[in-house]
Amino acid sequence: MKPTDMLDAESLKADVPEFAPGDTVKVHVRVLEGERERIQVFQGAVIARNGSGLQETFTVRKVSFGVGVERIFPVHSPLISRIEPIMRGDVRRAKLYYLRGRVGKAAKIKEKR
Amino acid sequence: MTQVWVEGGRVVPVTVIRVIPARVLRKKSVETDGYEALQVAVGSVQPSKLTKPVLGQFTSRGVEPAREIMEFKLEELSGYSVGDEISAGAIESGDRVDVLGVSKGHGFSGGMKRHNFKGQGGGHGNHKKHRAPGSIGACATPARVFKGTRMAGRYGGTRTAVLNLEVVRSEPERQLILVKGAVPGPRGAKVIIRDTVKGGK
Repeated sequence: MKPTDMLDAESLKADVPEFAPGDTVKVHVRVLEGERERIQVFQGAVIARNGSGLQETFTVRKVSFGVGVERIFPVHSPLISRIEPIMRGDVRRAKLYYLRGRVGKAAKIKEKR
Repeated sequence: MTQVWVEGGRVVPVTVIRVIPARVLRKKSVETDGYEALQVAVGSVQPSKLTKPVLGQFTSRGVEPAREIMEFKLEELSGYSVGDEISAGAIESGDRVDVLGVSKGHGFSGGMKRHNFKGQGGGHGNHKKHRAPGSIGACATPARVFKGTRMAGRYGGTRTAVLNLEVVRSEPERQLILVKGAVPGPRGAKVIIRDTVKGGK
């Protein structure tokens, strides 16, 4: 319990789904283009969750046209309209940074059954 | 410190400052005191905790006794009269302010912590001199150490001002002011907020 918790509570999102490192998620990101706003989907594997409370972030990695792309999102960012878990991953650690050095089948995360 | 989201989805690090409303106690004038200043009473205290001369300062002016009396030299005093309350509403979102306080005390600290000296290497035969400051002067000329040479000593615990901070949000209902960035002192420390002297914007 910190003194700033009561202020943080206003910014915390109530509708954050449960997801963990290894899971595949679709992140619906609001993108502002001038006046227009549209939703962009970033799909990939969650390779880390960092921090706690309002400061918590998660890292999503995907391979786009052969290039690895990672985006770090604050969990409670108003720019994220929705986080959609697609698949639970069967992984043994909390930080999956080892995926960065791997390509192809070696970089695949097994589905949890 | 915590963080808040502002327009455009950007996240801003803020320090949350709770404002204790100040009551105007006395206006010092050139005629009576030789200079112009505003004395304010801050906080509340049991009257029995004060000495009679101090208590008299409050009762004679009809102001509720305060834990502390502070004095500020302002450019313009005409807007205030004795008994007025100055609260968080005096500062609006987007204003530029200075925050003054007593910085965290670090005790007797070495050059590395106090002055960001590099220290010395860990290897190559270095022995028990890893955090030493190195040379503090030359030899026969000047044959002394210059005054003001940075060395180990008491670090922190001094009055410090952080200038030109942006007020991200002002909440008069809850008496909160959120300023961007860090302010001097530990959590819960007392600070003074004033209009910035840097001109703002």
